[in-house]
Amino acid sequence: MSTDHSPEHQGHTLSGEHRPDGYEQTGLSAQETRRDFLFLTAAAFGAVGAGSVAWPFINQMNPAADTVALSTTEVNLAPIEVGQAITVMWQGKPVFIRHRTPEEISEAESVDVAALRDPQTDDQRIHEGHKQWLILVGICTHLGCVPQGQKSTDVKGEFGGWFCPCHGSHYDTSGRIRKGPAPKNLAVPKYEFLSDTNIRIG
Amino acid sequence: MGSKERKAFDNPVIEWVDSRLPVFTMMQKEYGVFPTPRNFNYFWNFGAIAMVMLVTMIITGITLAMHYNPSTHGAFDSVERIMRDVNGGWMIRYLHANGASFFFIAVYIHIFRGLYYGSYKQPRELLWILGIIIFLLMMATAFMGYVLPWGQMSFWGATVITNLFSAIPLVGDSIVTLLWGGFSVDNPTLNRFFALHFLLPFVIFAVVFLHVWALHVTGSNNPLGIDVKTEQDTLPFHPYYTMKDTFGLLVFLMIYVAFTFFMPNSLGHPDNYIEANPLVTPAHIVPEWYFLPFYAILRAITFDLTIYLAVAGAIGAVLVYQYAWKKTPDKIVADNVLILLAVLALFGIPGALLAFFKDVEALKVITDNIPLGTLSLMPAKLGGVLAMFGSIALLLVLPFIDTHPVRSARFRPWFKIAVLTLLVVFVILGVCGSKPAEGYWVPLAQIMTLAYFGFFLAVIPFLNNNEPVLRLPDSIHQAIHAAPKAVIGALLAIGLIAGMPSAAFAKSEPAPPAAAAEEKAEEAVPATPEAATGTPEATDADAAATSEEGAESAETGVPNPPPAVEGEGHAAESEHHAAAAAGGHHSVALPNEHWSFSGPFGTYDRAALQRGFQVYKQVCAACHGLERIAFRNLSALGYTEAQIKTIAAEYTITDGPDDEGEMFDRPGRPSDHFKNPYANDNQAKASNNGALPPDLSLIVKARQGGANYLYGILTGYETPPPGTELSSTQHWNKYFPGNKISMPAPLIEGAVAYEDGSPTTVSQYAHDVAQFLAWASEPEMEVRKQTGIKALLFLAVFAGLMYAVKRKIWSKVH
Repeated sequence: MSTDHSPEHQGHTLSGEHRPDGYEQTGLSAQETRRDFLFLTAAAFGAVGAGSVAWPFINQMNPAADTVALSTTEVNLAPIEVGQAITVMWQGKPVFIRHRTPEEISEAESVDVAALRDPQTDDQRIHEGHKQWLILVGICTHLGCVPQGQKSTDVKGEFGGWFCPCHGSHYDTSGRIRKGPAPKNLAVPKYEFLSDTNIRIG
Repeated sequence: MGSKERKAFDNPVIEWVDSRLPVFTMMQKEYGVFPTPRNFNYFWNFGAIAMVMLVTMIITGITLAMHYNPSTHGAFDSVERIMRDVNGGWMIRYLHANGASFFFIAVYIHIFRGLYYGSYKQPRELLWILGIIIFLLMMATAFMGYVLPWGQMSFWGATVITNLFSAIPLVGDSIVTLLWGGFSVDNPTLNRFFALHFLLPFVIFAVVFLHVWALHVTGSNNPLGIDVKTEQDTLPFHPYYTMKDTFGLLVFLMIYVAFTFFMPNSLGHPDNYIEANPLVTPAHIVPEWYFLPFYAILRAITFDLTIYLAVAGAIGAVLVYQYAWKKTPDKIVADNVLILLAVLALFGIPGALLAFFKDVEALKVITDNIPLGTLSLMPAKLGGVLAMFGSIALLLVLPFIDTHPVRSARFRPWFKIAVLTLLVVFVILGVCGSKPAEGYWVPLAQIMTLAYFGFFLAVIPFLNNNEPVLRLPDSIHQAIHAAPKAVIGALLAIGLIAGMPSAAFAKSEPAPPAAAAEEKAEEAVPATPEAATGTPEATDADAAATSEEGAESAETGVPNPPPAVEGEGHAAESEHHAAAAAGGHHSVALPNEHWSFSGPFGTYDRAALQRGFQVYKQVCAACHGLERIAFRNLSALGYTEAQIKTIAAEYTITDGPDDEGEMFDRPGRPSDHFKNPYANDNQAKASNNGALPPDLSLIVKARQGGANYLYGILTGYETPPPGTELSSTQHWNKYFPGNKISMPAPLIEGAVAYEDGSPTTVSQYAHDVAQFLAWASEPEMEVRKQTGIKALLFLAVFAGLMYAVKRKIWSKVH
């Protein structure tokens, strides 16, 4: 280009001169500062605009209102016999509900908590007064497979609870990790007893 | 793209990348220092604007595709779920739907700019052809996208457009079956349209890349149409045009945002909020506005090609060729021109009589007795399709038709008149396309079609040989000081684009009575955009924006197209089998009620919503479902969670199967939806004398006139005029299309006991329930308008800032 029109070369530098407004410290003219302020404000507007436009396009991927509204499941426990287990669906995931036998309960309570990988007492994993009901999210904490042990014919692992066939994690009758690669106990979902035989998960 | 001329970058990371793949060098060369003529006006913004719209469409489209279900059972429901349940889904969908229109607005202006300033001429022929290919791809994409919501217009639009191919001789029907993947538009059709609608934008993107590449080889044209001669004629693209484009873009986005957030459905059709029904066609189907001119050309060919027309046409073609395309006609033609004209008349007069006056009773004696009058060389259907595709094909070959050495219309006084006339012709064609094909609209469309083809095939070739030319300036640099202020041009352009759709397509006043329809339409012709704001949709508009558009489009002097449609024959009640309703005309102008939710700041009145809900529950719900509303949605009416639980529990919901495999009843929960009173449509019809009471979830959006229409129907019962025959199951309603309605007057004074002391009159009930159903149709309306106001304010300030930035940067140049 024969003439330089780029904005960097406009305005005059006043460095060295004393000015009461302090511009000499920055070496910028008032005109230059005003211009830079304008450019920066415009750039800031662009950034804010782009950000606020981007958010709805990200947020649309979060669960929609109808999905959120369906995030609770009610279960009637009455038909479940002692020693039986059922699997219900909650938020698209399997939830294990086991009606534990007294032996299973005492086995779970007698474990030395300090020796566990994810130390938790059995009491912390059930609701008070409802010891027999063990309610767990049926997803192995290793990499998300569904462990076996719900059906009477299933392999229940070395600790009588659940066994994940994908990578060999063993859970006990409280759903705690005892052996294998999984880092955590099977999760206990949020639930409440609506009556002695009715629960709402979620 | 080699790296030999590369200059090192200071930043080591950039330098590392650039020395291996010189993308930064390329960006610097093509978008940084790229020498650009310094005299662009604001019409040169629209390429960048179109690019932004393309990206907007792709981003909104991909996010919509994450929630869309391309099946005939799921499509309509999934779109409604996007509107009601997906986070911000209503905004994304409205941005996409209106974005299509604004993409076309930008592209139409871009094309017209190319026409006016001769940007298609040597050496930019290929650049232009690639652009027209983009335009064709856009039309295909837009058409298939409009099918996806699976409303009535989607379905019937798909049916009509795919049937165009049946006009092809011999193989036409097989091609249509192939396109459908069946024997009608159905699930396979919807599936493939979705796949192609997803694919084509990326094809467009690829062609845009070629288009821009070709542009960067030849460099841009400019308003003077003369070549860049020295560096003094150009400026680096950045920051001069990056900043100018950004400012123009922001102004354009403001109009786009105003439509999207304040009148999102004004460019669409109410019928598309009725789910597709393969058994009932809406009485008046029209394509989206951007197809209207081509649709008018399609419909203009109402006649078969007779032997007379063929001979007359051939002689006409010879004469046009000899007198327009050639500098001087061949001697043999010039000497015998009178004979040729006589033969032309000899064949042309019977040809014209057969084509245009066949139905005139007085001429029957003549037309019936023309020998070989019924011999058809080409059916009208094929003629229409050929004319429509031909009208686009002409744009493709335009660079080879127009060989005049001067580019810009600024220095071609005759071409300037011709090309502005073409614009007017194109707009009139668009208006014709929006009207039912009857009355004077048909000959008008035919004359305008002839004018359109005449421009390309006779006028341009004639100008090639005969047009006097003004003196061209020596250089851009020299001419620049005389250039007018570009801002005015930009404002005019914006006024033009904003005025066009709002005037032509915001549906104006309620429909005129059937008999007076033609008269009324005549009156409507000179109306301005403001006149078109009769409906709540249109009054929704940002008042300021509307008046601005009006004022500016008036300035341009380009005649605004008359407010289109008038809802003639909008078979609003197409699913309401009730009406023996032939034409589907409203009998009387709809009442113009005051609604708290109209206007850009309007909100729903919570008390009225609750009263309206009460009326729905106690009266309407006996026959009408409200299936898209869940009890949890009632929180928007001001009910607490506990109240909603109580309301939900009053309903019995069938759930299951339980452990024994049985279905069982349980009380409703907030997440349940309102139940349809009937098990299925057949039961509903059987219980209502064959009439199907429509679901009310979308009724306000699905009817021309919206809440006013609903209010009108509920209050419009009258004793029929003497002499009217009504069957025992019909009632007379002055606002119902066709007047004969199956639904008996539903509201009776005092029938619903209001707790808040509001009057228990029919008019109050109707007003409340119409408001409640307006909410049911558009639950997002309040947050939509609030978001719109924020977005507009932000854009206005940003545009102001960018204008200041642009001025600052350009201050050295001016």
